[in-house]
Amino acid sequence: MNWRAIFAIIRKDLKVVSQNKGVMLPIIIAPLVLFVILPWLVTLAPSLVNIGGISANDLDKVQGLINRMPAGFQQEIAGYESNQIFVVFFLVYMLAPFFLIIPLMVSSIIAADSFAGEKERKTMEALLYTPTTDRELFVAKLLSGWLAAIVVALVGFVLYVVTANAAGWSQMHRIFFPNTTWLVMIFWVVPALPGLGLGVMVLVSARAQGFQDAYQMGSLVVLPVMLLVFGQISGVMYFSVTLVFLLGVVIWLLDGLLISLGSRCFRRGRLLGA
Amino acid sequence: MNAVITIDQLTRSFQETTAVDQLSLEVRGGEIFGFLGHNGAGKTTTVRLLNGVIEPTSGSMRVLGFDPQVDGPKLRARTGVLTETPSMDERLTAWDNLSIYADLYGVPGADVRQRINELLAEFDLADRAQEKVGGYSKGMKQRLALARALLHKPELLFLDEATSGLDPIAAHHVNDLIERMARRENRTVFMCTHNLVEAQKLCDRVAVLEHGRLVALGTPAELTRQYVRRLDVEIEVAEEQVPTALGVLRSLPGLVLGEPAQPNGALVVTINRHESIPEVLASLVQNHVRVYRLAPQEANLEQVYFTLHEEEEGVQ
Repeated sequence: MNWRAIFAIIRKDLKVVSQNKGVMLPIIIAPLVLFVILPWLVTLAPSLVNIGGISANDLDKVQGLINRMPAGFQQEIAGYESNQIFVVFFLVYMLAPFFLIIPLMVSSIIAADSFAGEKERKTMEALLYTPTTDRELFVAKLLSGWLAAIVVALVGFVLYVVTANAAGWSQMHRIFFPNTTWLVMIFWVVPALPGLGLGVMVLVSARAQGFQDAYQMGSLVVLPVMLLVFGQISGVMYFSVTLVFLLGVVIWLLDGLLISLGSRCFRRGRLLGA
Repeated sequence: MNAVITIDQLTRSFQETTAVDQLSLEVRGGEIFGFLGHNGAGKTTTVRLLNGVIEPTSGSMRVLGFDPQVDGPKLRARTGVLTETPSMDERLTAWDNLSIYADLYGVPGADVRQRINELLAEFDLADRAQEKVGGYSKGMKQRLALARALLHKPELLFLDEATSGLDPIAAHHVNDLIERMARRENRTVFMCTHNLVEAQKLCDRVAVLEHGRLVALGTPAELTRQYVRRLDVEIEVAEEQVPTALGVLRSLPGLVLGEPAQPNGALVVTINRHESIPEVLASLVQNHVRVYRLAPQEANLEQVYFTLHEEEEGVQ
């Protein structure tokens, strides 16, 4: 493997993406809203009772929702006061599955730009005439999306750790975040997730005419994660350490499957639509 | 000279369409080889095949001694390709574009800076090296793309419509660069074009492609001799002998086509082929016409191309 060529393609893809506002805005805005703005709104909500339109009745409804949560969560919040339960419920429990969307979204956007966007801008052909092998090209394209997704997710996580603890400090009076489930999620599940977006994007890129086309075709990969979000919110499932670990195993296996499928049908000629 | 490209019965089909059909030819080392054809004739497909970017349906080829399907990466390290569209990353600067491709082409790390500076200076882009390519004119982008194709000093250069869409001055500049670089550095150039004037001026030999099939191959002079069947000849004779000359010319119906004209004093006749000139001259002289000047108009590739195209359309 020619790593110099691989890093050149990664450098090129990331530089091009960083110059594209249409691609960068969602990559910056989504984590900012989910992991900086939302935690502050959530922790400020109790103090907004009867001021900002949130009534005590609304908080009672949240309490009712918490009461219906699985036993694992009930154990986790045992001993907390109601305001603390509110903070833990939203910041630790509810937002966990949302976090999984970020690496998936980033990798899909970058892969769509890197494969279909490059075809649309007619810059792919020059790349195909270089001495890179199909395998090097495939690895480079995967790594650029993968690395970017992990960096964005880790930066988002650090921001969220700071924001969640700062926002929840008035209720919790200690550093309460991250817990073990989140650590397993960040270091085991999050690194696996970009593989899903990338694997799907490799498969759809040959058919897509441009970035938007590829992104729309590939965005279906977010659906299983949305199911996890709804499962967690509705209390159907609970993100325990074991469940998150198993989730990681399943995602890594799917990655392997998608990437091996993608690598088998990845031919430089196909990127030209030939 | 050794053949650097040998193509034998090469065919590439896309579903119902045959883009390249039983193509066989050789390109010799050091020559500028013109690959002529209309849009969709199969020129770009041939370049892709010769660089191992796509696979042939059948047939074989050797490029610089390599089979492109087996040794594509090794081959591409020794070829440079200027694609029809400049294919530059417009959000990056010229310098970034070149430095990334220097890494991709394996230019030794210590030489990268010097090589990029040399090329930017050579192609008159040094002042704007740190500007994003999106702000460049089409001619500048094409020059930059040519610089990129030359980064690794390739032995064989493929130019796919290098001057397509450029204004005459920009096209002239790019052609000058191609000629200078090919002749000075003795580099083989495989030049796809539908610009026949350009091909006539630059190419040592040309191949004409119609619907993926090779219909003619040779030097521009050979092709004009072979295919041009109408040749205008300007004949200057003594003024008082013009009626005699006209009579003689009208008596040669097999050689002289149509009615001779006399637009600016001199007679202009259309003859059937280059080889008829001595016979026409001999007839005039035998009839005591004093010929002061006989100037065949230079036949060009354009006439060759249209003749071939008409023949092919007739066959279709």
